[in-house]
Amino acid sequence: MTPISYFLVLSALLFAIGVLGVLIRRNVIVMLMSIELMLNAVNLAFIALGRQVGSIDGQVIVFFVITVAAAEAAVGLGIVIAVFRNRATVNADELNLLRW
Amino acid sequence: MSLGLFFFLAVLAALSALGVIAQRNPVHCLLALAVNLLDIGVMFVGLGAVTVGFLQIIIYVGAIMVLFLFVIWLLNLQAEGFSGYLGLKLFGAIGAAALAAEFATLFLHTSRISTPGASALTQGTITTLGRHLFSDYLVAFEITSLLLLAAVVGAIGLARRPPLSAGLSAAAGSDLATAESPRQMSRSMSVSAEQQTTTPRAGSA
Amino acid sequence: MNNSLVTLIGRAMFGPAPLDHTDQAAAIAVACAVVLFAIAVPFASIVTWVERRVWARIQSRVGPNRVGPNGFLQWLADGVKHVCKEDVIPEEADAPLFKLAPYLVVLAFILPWAVMPFSSMLILADLNIGILYMTAITALTVVGVLMAGWSSNNKWSLIGGIRSAAQIISYEIPAGLSIFPAVLMTGTLSMQGLIRAQKWEPYHWFIFANPFCFVAAIILFVSTLAENNRTPFDLPEAESELVAGFATEYSSMRYLFFFMAEWGNMFIAAAILVTLYLGGWQIPRFNWSPALMNLLQFICFLVKVLVLVFVSMWIRGTLPRVRIDQMMSICWKYFVPIGFINMIGTAIWVAFFPHGSRLMEMAMFALALAIVAAFAWRVAYFTRRSRMELYFHPTI
Repeated sequence: MTPISYFLVLSALLFAIGVLGVLIRRNVIVMLMSIELMLNAVNLAFIALGRQVGSIDGQVIVFFVITVAAAEAAVGLGIVIAVFRNRATVNADELNLLRW
Repeated sequence: MSLGLFFFLAVLAALSALGVIAQRNPVHCLLALAVNLLDIGVMFVGLGAVTVGFLQIIIYVGAIMVLFLFVIWLLNLQAEGFSGYLGLKLFGAIGAAALAAEFATLFLHTSRISTPGASALTQGTITTLGRHLFSDYLVAFEITSLLLLAAVVGAIGLARRPPLSAGLSAAAGSDLATAESPRQMSRSMSVSAEQQTTTPRAGSA
Repeated sequence: MNNSLVTLIGRAMFGPAPLDHTDQAAAIAVACAVVLFAIAVPFASIVTWVERRVWARIQSRVGPNRVGPNGFLQWLADGVKHVCKEDVIPEEADAPLFKLAPYLVVLAFILPWAVMPFSSMLILADLNIGILYMTAITALTVVGVLMAGWSSNNKWSLIGGIRSAAQIISYEIPAGLSIFPAVLMTGTLSMQGLIRAQKWEPYHWFIFANPFCFVAAIILFVSTLAENNRTPFDLPEAESELVAGFATEYSSMRYLFFFMAEWGNMFIAAAILVTLYLGGWQIPRFNWSPALMNLLQFICFLVKVLVLVFVSMWIRGTLPRVRIDQMMSICWKYFVPIGFINMIGTAIWVAFFPHGSRLMEMAMFALALAIVAAFAWRVAYFTRRSRMELYFHPTI
């Protein structure tokens, strides 16, 4: 049986990779994918901890997180399409109209 | 879940996660993400969260992946070169490594919370999950349905092009032609797909 | 391993197999191989011959009849021909993905067999979320199809892949909604649990339990036709428009994989419908020989599935292709709302009649009999006016 801390370390690793993706990639769609990576890392931590303490609450929260992730992806990609229509780019560095 | 299985899945998850952020072609990134999500789903099943694991596979791989892929193709994204500031990337890498190290050291000392429940393995069934969803979490569940509705309306509102009367001139320059009636839409869908020249080869160049 | 292999296979195939035992995992692997090579692959291959013969009769032709008796070995000849051909990978294709895609599609075709309820004891793994597992695994097909369409770097392939993916994910929603009425009445997602809740008499099948289930079963059947890219929803590989859709650039064994998966998925889709609404393997109970009873149950299940597969071939032979906007509006404007109504209606029905209504079951059964009788009369009417020798001499 795998110790629960292994799962948590893996979750931390995946979360950090997701953060790294958001920081180093300039493509908005890949940034959204990195956000999905982070959400999944958090889900893994929830499930692992929920199993450890013998509670189902972790799974219920993961259920909600999956729902929110679906909504987030839909709206996020909608925004990407709307922005692309006006600026013809998905590079985050070029979307600087609102930057001071 | 046995240790060997865990390490196999963990290595696969880490590699595919790196694949998401390291590859240049967005389609390759997306497929790496699909591998990662499947892998995490299998881990859920191994941890006893069977229902959530399969829901993860249905929703992420079946729906969200395809949504991403459609958008990538609609925008005709090609492999990208290096862009952005090197300093920021270095800073990001160091910061992410520090974050991972911090979390990992924190999580390695979680042996204190070791009170495994009596029926931990059977808790992932749809019966228990449903019972909790519709009793303790009923309000959250209903609000989630509202959230999904808002997301549907919002996504359509964002991605829809303005009505023809209002934004005809603005729309004329764009090649993302969509039309109002489904019949026209189907025609323009195939037209825009024709115009796409997706060159996977460019990704490996 | 402390047991002999045969015992292990027996325990895996004929008993509830716990997932955590390592030696049982090996036995399950062997049992899976048996199911695959004894049932899945032969079915997916032989059905190509059956389908060509059936179409031929529908179109007043003879069909393949040269290889073996009545052309029965045609599938073998086709397979050998495909294996012997050159495996072409286009210069501009994305080679790794191009090579990987057929395997993903085949994987999505192989995995559902794990929860296929062949008889009361003959099932590899009676998961308590069996039907959800089926839905999840068939979602993997989309990834393979999209990968094939994109990596071929060909416009026909890409359009075929996009159409196929749009079609599969759209029709997964009405299909999923049509699963729920049966689940609501049993309170379980296990394949065996769903079948055990029904009885062998046709009027105790779930399809006749209430009007909503009747509609749901029809929606499920049509949706699975669309998910498997069958006519009238074969837009992704419409020969007259897209050559072969996402499989245009494929040749040799990889091409064969796509079509084996497609025909195998017909069996899986029909098996889902049979499990949920048509009584599964239920036969009259008798106690004196469990082995014989399981054999009869297996035959019963197989016959029901093959009848549905035949109906799908029949539809393919007779209906024209729909346009893509018609296909989408069938799904989103009609099936999805009706699916929701079915779900809510069944929930209300279960609340009012927790044990079902005998009167309604009989009424629905009579209605179904009347529909089948009217249809049979019509078919007989046209058969009398057609070329007799093609219909009544099946072994030309």
